[in-house]
Amino acid sequence: MTSQWLWYTTRGAGVISLVLLSAVVCLGLLTRLRVRGEGWPGFLTAAVHQDLALVALFFLGLHIVTAVVDPFTSLGIVAAIVPFGSSYRTVWLGLGTLSFELGLAIGLTSLARRVIGARLWRAVHWLAYACWPLAVFHAVGTGTDGHSAWLLGITMVCGGAVLACLAWRLAAAPPDPLAQLRSARLMAGSDR
Amino acid sequence: MSEPSARPWDGARGVARVGTSRVSLGIDRIRCDGRGYCAELLPEMIRLDDWGYPIVSSERVPDHLLDHARRAVAACPLLAIRLAADGRSR
Repeated sequence: MTSQWLWYTTRGAGVISLVLLSAVVCLGLLTRLRVRGEGWPGFLTAAVHQDLALVALFFLGLHIVTAVVDPFTSLGIVAAIVPFGSSYRTVWLGLGTLSFELGLAIGLTSLARRVIGARLWRAVHWLAYACWPLAVFHAVGTGTDGHSAWLLGITMVCGGAVLACLAWRLAAAPPDPLAQLRSARLMAGSDR
Repeated sequence: MSEPSARPWDGARGVARVGTSRVSLGIDRIRCDGRGYCAELLPEMIRLDDWGYPIVSSERVPDHLLDHARRAVAACPLLAIRLAADGRSR
């Protein structure tokens, strides 16, 4: 019973992590789109993005600690640190380890943003585009719940939301507010 | 609380008497991308021009706005705004 309790926590925290991580990625894309409106200033998108990322890392920690501690799976600490270092579902589990370490790097560099500078911070932040898909593959592939309808449903909603935000981001006009003005001026044939 | 000044970015004159810090705001124009978070968080000292780029008061930050100024500095995704001791922010 005790080991089952840990196992349920691992799975639950994993699903919550996936949902939160997807929300964080969506919000990150929305900040780049400068989404703001009446009663929703732009800084709020960024603030919720940051706070939710910390909550996601907390649930990821819970997901990993309960999985390692659980005597039934006997994963060992190595599987949590070394990607593909587990004998149990080596590939699928390794994707999760890799994803967590990328996420941790993104989180830590964000906290140390003032120290490391905007360039390095931004470069590491691009790893989010690897971190999130790895987490999705880990969720569906490793899962005790991988083939259950509810997890596939949640994954599809998360994936759909992220892909929609990504498509919007790619389709949107350049974020530089002067770019449109310059091109408009060019089209008008002005010499200035 | 509301300021009596109609254009607070000119420097809140009524506020300076209350207590003024020794720091002022500076913008790195190269880094700034015009996200506008700073103006949302510190409208008393920062407004946006027609293209969304900040116009910052050159006055020292009044004591009662210092926390808001720090928050505005921390929120900048481009690290383009800073607080610095007099004369060192630009």
